[in-house]
Amino acid sequence: MNVNYSEHDLVFRDEVRAFLREKYPGDIRHKQDSGIALSKDDMVRWQKILYERGWAAINWPVEYGGTGWSAIQKHIFDDEVAAANAPDMVPFGVKMVAPVIYTFGNEEQKVRFLPDILMSNVWWCQGYSEPGAGSDLASLKTRADRRSDHYLVNGTKTWTTLGHFADWIFCLVRTSSDVARRQEGISFLLIDMSTPGVTVKPIITIGGEHEVNEVHLENVEVPVENLVGEEGKGWTYGKVLLQHERTNIAGVARSKYRMKRLRETSMRRIHDGQPLLDDRNFARKLAAVEIELKALEYTELRTLAAVAVGKAPGPESSILKVKGTEIQQAIDALFVEAAGYYALPYVPEQYQVDFPVAERVGFGNETKSALRYFNNRKASIYGGSNEIQKNIISKHVLRL
Amino acid sequence: MDFSVTEEQSMLADSVARFIDHDYDFETRQKVAESELGYSADMWRTFAELGWTAVTFDEADGGLGGGPVELTLMMEQFGRGLVVEPFLPSIVLAGGVLRRTANAAQKERWLPALIGGELQAALAFVEPQGRFNLADVATTAAAKDGGYVLNGRKAIVLNGGDANLLIVPARTAGDQLDRDGITLFALSADAGGIERKAYRTIDAHRAAEISLTNVRAESDDVLGTVGGGFAALQATIDDATLAVSAEAAGIIRTMHDKTVGYAKSRVQFGVPISSFQALQHRMVDMLMVCEQCRSLLLWATMVAASGGEDVQMAVSALKYQIGNSGRLVAQEAVQIHGGMGVTWELDIAHYFKRFTAIETLFGSADFHLDRFVELSGA
Repeated sequence: MNVNYSEHDLVFRDEVRAFLREKYPGDIRHKQDSGIALSKDDMVRWQKILYERGWAAINWPVEYGGTGWSAIQKHIFDDEVAAANAPDMVPFGVKMVAPVIYTFGNEEQKVRFLPDILMSNVWWCQGYSEPGAGSDLASLKTRADRRSDHYLVNGTKTWTTLGHFADWIFCLVRTSSDVARRQEGISFLLIDMSTPGVTVKPIITIGGEHEVNEVHLENVEVPVENLVGEEGKGWTYGKVLLQHERTNIAGVARSKYRMKRLRETSMRRIHDGQPLLDDRNFARKLAAVEIELKALEYTELRTLAAVAVGKAPGPESSILKVKGTEIQQAIDALFVEAAGYYALPYVPEQYQVDFPVAERVGFGNETKSALRYFNNRKASIYGGSNEIQKNIISKHVLRL
Repeated sequence: MDFSVTEEQSMLADSVARFIDHDYDFETRQKVAESELGYSADMWRTFAELGWTAVTFDEADGGLGGGPVELTLMMEQFGRGLVVEPFLPSIVLAGGVLRRTANAAQKERWLPALIGGELQAALAFVEPQGRFNLADVATTAAAKDGGYVLNGRKAIVLNGGDANLLIVPARTAGDQLDRDGITLFALSADAGGIERKAYRTIDAHRAAEISLTNVRAESDDVLGTVGGGFAALQATIDDATLAVSAEAAGIIRTMHDKTVGYAKSRVQFGVPISSFQALQHRMVDMLMVCEQCRSLLLWATMVAASGGEDVQMAVSALKYQIGNSGRLVAQEAVQIHGGMGVTWELDIAHYFKRFTAIETLFGSADFHLDRFVELSGA
């Protein structure tokens, strides 16, 4: 057992750091560090820079454009990207639909879809949840009725993150109701968002943000070539995807970066003439989260180590999701606490590129702390709520 | 030991409850909050007509002579309705200072208009560097030509943008953190040298950053004694802490009730999610918190009403409890609502935001736990 990186790993880490120093655009860095939302163009631009380096799809098989890195190298990469506060790849294309296509799709689909995902030429969104199918996803009702050469799709998908940027949507749809188990009637269908009958409606979230949408599908004709794999196997494909693509689900690297920012903030913030960090209560709270985060980091490394020797990632990844999101939310709350009264102003207009950071109410990104805390209540709800994750652990790990 | 309220108190609570039920549904509240003013001038007039703005003032001053019981009864309802009208800043904060410190001429000058609903007021009790320490006053008031000249910055002044009257603590003596040497000034908001930058707050209320540059004040703008303003300031903030704790108690009870209702109606896996024991236990946990908070609120209100020396301890105990365990109710309510809990459209998110703001107002849970420990002589 060895907690230190090997010489080989350290060289790799330096390589990643050098890349970030040279290639991470200053204007995107400024936005990230100042709490300014990235535009679609910003995100695509950064992803194309990663693609140029060959690092857009670190988890893909090498034959499709993956890096062939070890689990430790992937961990180092995620760590360094987060430490630089650079954006993660938007997951829907590269991390979610692509593995289903290269694992279960046919050759035409691989050729047609994978390069554009790798190059960030095409933006994908996810069509899973419905108003009546949240935790009970298998109860989804969006229908895909087989006609001669196409499926006729009708239904409503919801909570579609960045659907308003998307070119394509991958959907779980019901192709058959005449089945013993509801899951057996679900298929995995790829839909071009420009097809007539596809309408995107914004859903405004708790702090006034527009991130998610409803996608209405009304008599949308989808060519049969857009079915991935076999009819009725969509649920299995989706499940495999969810279990497999678990790097970053714990958000350890991001949380480490945020703890660092939180420490810096609380060293600057003065309370009774002293830095807030000198307040023993506050310092203890930070320490408690740091310790939990260290534990999570090693739980994740253990999971990665198991994958590295060929074991499939299993339900233990549910632990990562539960603890990871709890820690994220604890950090959010500590940022609000550190901001004191400056958590109260609601000034999203001050988080635009043309508004000088120095003129903001308060200092730094304090006035965003509450908005972050509010918005991120979603973390314990999405991706399979923490309640569902506990059910999974209970059933598949404890076998209860 | 008597938990009953008088008939008048009961009627007061009912009148506020009825207003919420009939005239202040969530849609109305949102429209009002999103208006340019941020509250309804019409409704504020109604508050005055119904006597609500008069409740906490002495009868001799045109008030109704009510105290903590009346105040907390009203505030609990305001919490239930997510009321955005500036009752807290104008009546409880600014009005509270006036009630304690204003002389006859000053009362005559400000109270009728305040109680009558024609005047808006604000108390500027926070400074950028101050966090929760009320005595952290860097704003100075230098004696000059029979009056004073004020310089400094005030932060997060609730209702500060709309206020006509600003009550401003400024230092006439002592070091920055000294309690002695703080003087309270009643300033007209359009006095020369006052600059205000108003903004919305996360809970759909309004506040402002206020800077004072060579602002002239006369000696009859001084409220109470020169250098002796801290006691009244602290006592007013204690009142306000009790008030928002009551509001928060109303909020979490409402969030709990809505959560139970939602869980009963939301069907997944073929059953209402309220049938899942895991969620049932959590909703019971929420209920127990609500009941404990309510009990502590009653105790703290009675202590405040009896005017004992341990008011500060009681208020801090309550604020700690509200912040520490109330937060769990608020978070659970959002969680159990699932994705709907984080949408703008549903009211539960807005209850969450107001609750979060109250957690910070007048001191975090940790701040009050520390104060409780100090005051209990440990």
